[in-house]
Amino acid sequence: MFDFLQDYDLAGAIWTTVQLAVLSAVGSLIWGTLLAAMRVGPVPLMRGFGTAYVNIVRNIPLTVIILFASLGLNQTLGVTLGGGNDFETINFRLAVLGLILYTSSFVCEALRSGINTVPVGQAEAARALGLSFGQVLRLVVLPQAFRSSVVPLANVLIALIKNTTVAAAIGVAETALLMKEMIENEAQLLLISAVIALVFVVLTLPTGLILGWVGKKVAVKR
Amino acid sequence: MSSVLYDAQGPRAKRRNVLFTVVFVVAVAALLWWVFSTLDDKGQLEWALWKPFFTGTEAWSTYIWPGLQNTLKAAALAVVIALPLGAALGIARLSDHKWVRVPAAIVVEFFRSIPVLVLMIFGLALFAEYTNVSSDDRPLYAVVTGLVLYNASVLAEIVRSGILALPKGQAEGAMAIGLRKGQVMRLILLPQAVTAMLPAIVSQLVVILKDTALGGAILTFPELLASANTMSGYYGANVIASYTVVAVIYIALNFALTTFASWLERRLRRAKKSTGAVLSADDVETADAGTVGKL
Repeated sequence: MFDFLQDYDLAGAIWTTVQLAVLSAVGSLIWGTLLAAMRVGPVPLMRGFGTAYVNIVRNIPLTVIILFASLGLNQTLGVTLGGGNDFETINFRLAVLGLILYTSSFVCEALRSGINTVPVGQAEAARALGLSFGQVLRLVVLPQAFRSSVVPLANVLIALIKNTTVAAAIGVAETALLMKEMIENEAQLLLISAVIALVFVVLTLPTGLILGWVGKKVAVKR
Repeated sequence: MSSVLYDAQGPRAKRRNVLFTVVFVVAVAALLWWVFSTLDDKGQLEWALWKPFFTGTEAWSTYIWPGLQNTLKAAALAVVIALPLGAALGIARLSDHKWVRVPAAIVVEFFRSIPVLVLMIFGLALFAEYTNVSSDDRPLYAVVTGLVLYNASVLAEIVRSGILALPKGQAEGAMAIGLRKGQVMRLILLPQAVTAMLPAIVSQLVVILKDTALGGAILTFPELLASANTMSGYYGANVIASYTVVAVIYIALNFALTTFASWLERRLRRAKKSTGAVLSADDVETADAGTVGKL
């Protein structure tokens, strides 16, 4: 019944999906944290930049961002992100770039909601001790904000895992693209769909359950 | 909260802020300069490439408007079908009977953990194989199918958290005056929950609108994003110009929806006519851990 699977590199496609998800998750966590820091910081221009970035990027479809990365950045402007002449490497990196740019705006918002759960008195106390903005953020506010935004960040991560399928639009050989190819070549629609659905259920459900549990565990009890 | 993270600025902090601002401006300016000069090198800033959007109506009437119409049509159809379906699923998840509650929960959790694109690809093949929908209509059907399956389950969660956010006394009081379960839901709980849910539903519209773009990129559905592609072919490789115009339209539409949602939320919170909470989209996401997000 599952004979046809031998003709396709399902494991390879899943591995690409996982790589896309992990690299983009790390990247957007870094860039999203920086954005959140800008949005709560003392420099008005950086605050404005953070706000504008989040409001603009959040409202563009991810598909537009990723297609633009390929057609605009790469084919029109010649950006290769160090991928040389290898079409596959370039598109993979562009997809990661697009996913990072998009997802970090949601990471920023999740972190900001986490920052809002830290009692005002703590920041005031930290300031009274003479800590600078950077120290207040690094030593007092962000550690607690991260702990209370584990669950929203988990939701962003799950959405990111599902969003990696958009990379299929620029031909990155991930799971959704393989599904399309298999459906075109094999007359096994329901079976193929069930396999692919299972892959994503296995990738997303445990992530949500584990991080949800972790979130409850590490949340600061107030 | 944010303004309490730092002190009122003295002379030193002000100088430092000016320094940061200058460094930041220089960095952004360098980036912009790089973008600008590369665009210029590749001839993407020539007026001929941008002209179709600013003079004459051809680009708008032949490409953008029909594409936008398809985008809005798919989104509207998806909302109209997904809303009642989602409400039914959400209410089913709250049922007293296990045989209703458990299957509804499985359906909702299943479709929420699968990417919309996968559901759309599945829909396209399904319509090709098992129905006689003409091949012109298939992409629209597939896009709407994918959007409905996914968003009905997200809306089901919104409905469920809306009803759960109401105080218990509402249902108890209604039962005490002798209403049946169906009446309690229909007359007491749903009307209040719908009000509480409105901002979250409007936010979900943004997600639906954005996801229609998948149909254009992968299923040959002629929506707004797909028209950017045809335009850049027709007007001689004005990729940057076409995609910029299309992106601006998406941003304007979705920003209007987001602003409307938060205005609605503020207004409902202020009005305080019901005793229930008002749900923003974020509340729904965090309502129960271990479930799937909305972007």
